[in-house]
Amino acid sequence: MNLRRLFAIVQKELRQMRRDRITLAMIVGIPVMQLVLFGYAINLNLRGLETGVADQANTAGSRAVVMDMVATGVIDPTYSATTPQELMEQLRRGETSIGVVIPPDFERRRFEGREAVQVLVDGSDTVVQSAAVQLAQLSLSTTPTTNLGPARGGTGQVAAGQIGVVSFYNPERRSAVNIVPGLIGIILTMTMVMFTGVAIVRERERGNMELLIATPLSSSELMIGKVLPYAGIGLIQTTLVIVLGVWLFDVPIRGSLLDVYLAAVLLIVANLTLGLLISTKAQSQFQAMQMTFFVFLPSILLSGFMFPFAGMPKVVQWLAEVLPLTHFLRLIRGVMLRGASLVELWPEVLALLAFITVMMTATILRFRKRLD
Amino acid sequence: MNAGADDLAIRARGLTKRFGSLVAVDHVDLSVPRANVYGFLGPNGSGKTTTIRMLCGLLTPSEGDVEVLGLRIPEQAEELRKRIGYMTQKFSLFEDLTVRENLEFLAAVQDIPRVQAAKRIDELVVQYHFEDRQKQLAGTMSGGQKQRLALAGAVIQNPELLFLDEPTSAVDPESRRDFWEKLFDLADAGTTILVSTHYMDEAERCHRIAILDRGVLVADGTPDELTRALAGRTVEVLAAQPRRAQQMLVKVPGVLSVAQIGNTLRVLNESNGDAAARLEKALADAGLEATVSAAHPNLEDVFVSSTRGRVDKPQERAA
Repeated sequence: MNLRRLFAIVQKELRQMRRDRITLAMIVGIPVMQLVLFGYAINLNLRGLETGVADQANTAGSRAVVMDMVATGVIDPTYSATTPQELMEQLRRGETSIGVVIPPDFERRRFEGREAVQVLVDGSDTVVQSAAVQLAQLSLSTTPTTNLGPARGGTGQVAAGQIGVVSFYNPERRSAVNIVPGLIGIILTMTMVMFTGVAIVRERERGNMELLIATPLSSSELMIGKVLPYAGIGLIQTTLVIVLGVWLFDVPIRGSLLDVYLAAVLLIVANLTLGLLISTKAQSQFQAMQMTFFVFLPSILLSGFMFPFAGMPKVVQWLAEVLPLTHFLRLIRGVMLRGASLVELWPEVLALLAFITVMMTATILRFRKRLD
Repeated sequence: MNAGADDLAIRARGLTKRFGSLVAVDHVDLSVPRANVYGFLGPNGSGKTTTIRMLCGLLTPSEGDVEVLGLRIPEQAEELRKRIGYMTQKFSLFEDLTVRENLEFLAAVQDIPRVQAAKRIDELVVQYHFEDRQKQLAGTMSGGQKQRLALAGAVIQNPELLFLDEPTSAVDPESRRDFWEKLFDLADAGTTILVSTHYMDEAERCHRIAILDRGVLVADGTPDELTRALAGRTVEVLAAQPRRAQQMLVKVPGVLSVAQIGNTLRVLNESNGDAAARLEKALADAGLEATVSAAHPNLEDVFVSSTRGRVDKPQERAA
């Protein structure tokens, strides 16, 4: 071991690293990103779950029960409804994760010690489901005794066990049901962004690009032509995950299969345009992969795939809204697990279309059929 | 199309390209006649590739007017692309496609109808000797074969004008000779060819050449014109001690360069007075045994004389 030669290698590595800005960014960026994302994203104590309330009794007692539930911080009563059917609609459309039903005969049920309140929960996310179960187990003996109602002065406080939980969409709490639809999104995000990013940069690296731009090929022919085969590959991957998911894990497809594929196409196109944008920026295949990683990591952690969206702080949620995977997850879980249609889930469709438009515009602005 | 100006395939005036503070191409004027093989001679980094890229519209000139095949460049570059072939310096076909697949791809990109394309590819396969190699992956071929394939690809649409950027830099002498035969066939059929090279023997084969040095056009004409201009300035010295003679001769005023070729020294002089007599005297004064005789100037001399002369003018140097 010759120290001088050893040092020569070390010095050469450091010099090269200093000139490779992306690697430099990764050295600092990866630990910071991991720490912040994991630190914020892994929060299984859900707070502020969007909730619909149908208080059909509308007595002082029923209002007090709702207020007690809200006081736990777990639910955020964003919507009110008049019937349980309405609540189920909201659940299906993904507007709420939890519905609270208080029947008209609440006071009598409470008096008789029967189940007096029902919590409906979208069980497609098992963490949310647990939160609902916990909510139901809260001892409501703290209900103020000063409330004015027919049961006043009696034993009529809602005791534990008087709140029932009805879980929809995944009552058996099988995690495969939650994970498999999301996996379509994860796989498409990883492969589509990387494939397109690398595919175009590879041609530039190998010198093919100079040949291509000297031909009558137009920019749009070149870009769409490069991307189309990958879109096809994406659909094959989607099919593969769905077939295996249904076959091996008995994952339900409650909505229409066409909607499932339309959602997949939206995500594929969103990721391909992102890949194209990366390819206009990356100088080498390695750089394209590094940039893909920067998108992929937050996608996995923040989209709601691994950790429930509601558990993350507001700022991180805003950040997650930018990621196409976040919107796709809401779409695919809505369609496959809750039987919703794309029309009902229009805000997510709109978000993906907006993402595609922005990425496409940026790519076209950046991609010039010139070498300079 | 019969007007005099239309005999030119390329006309460039004041063509300039700056990359930041670096002037890669500095006010170059070019006139390339049709159906000619026009050579671009210059060392690496002299701006040959940059000039070619500007002429085919791949780079936007910082300054200057360019007209190629009657089209204004870069404005009408898209239109031009249908009428030119471009062979890049680095092999730019797809190494993971076969010979035939590469040609099929290029034919489709050039919008040649399917039936016609198949016919044209069959033709090229024979002309460029790929009969046995149609299914071979391009990446597995030798340098000479790759370059032949690249040329076949560049002429698939029968372009009026062909840009070849150092096409023979990675090729053995025999392949180079074959390659040049192909170029003259094409020129004979009416194709204008602009070829860059740093080989003198290749430059000598061109109808006309332009010499680029650090972005500046330093000479332009037929090889014959250019060498004739140097008549009387090249001298051959046969010396008993060539190394010592060389060391002495470079110090003689008026000597531009001394190159040793075996035992003889080839001396290029400035154009003042009788060079041979001056050198003879200098050698005798130094007590060196040598015979001095006049030599025919060649393109290398042209190259040296047009580039050496500029060393004294550093203000013209790029950046």
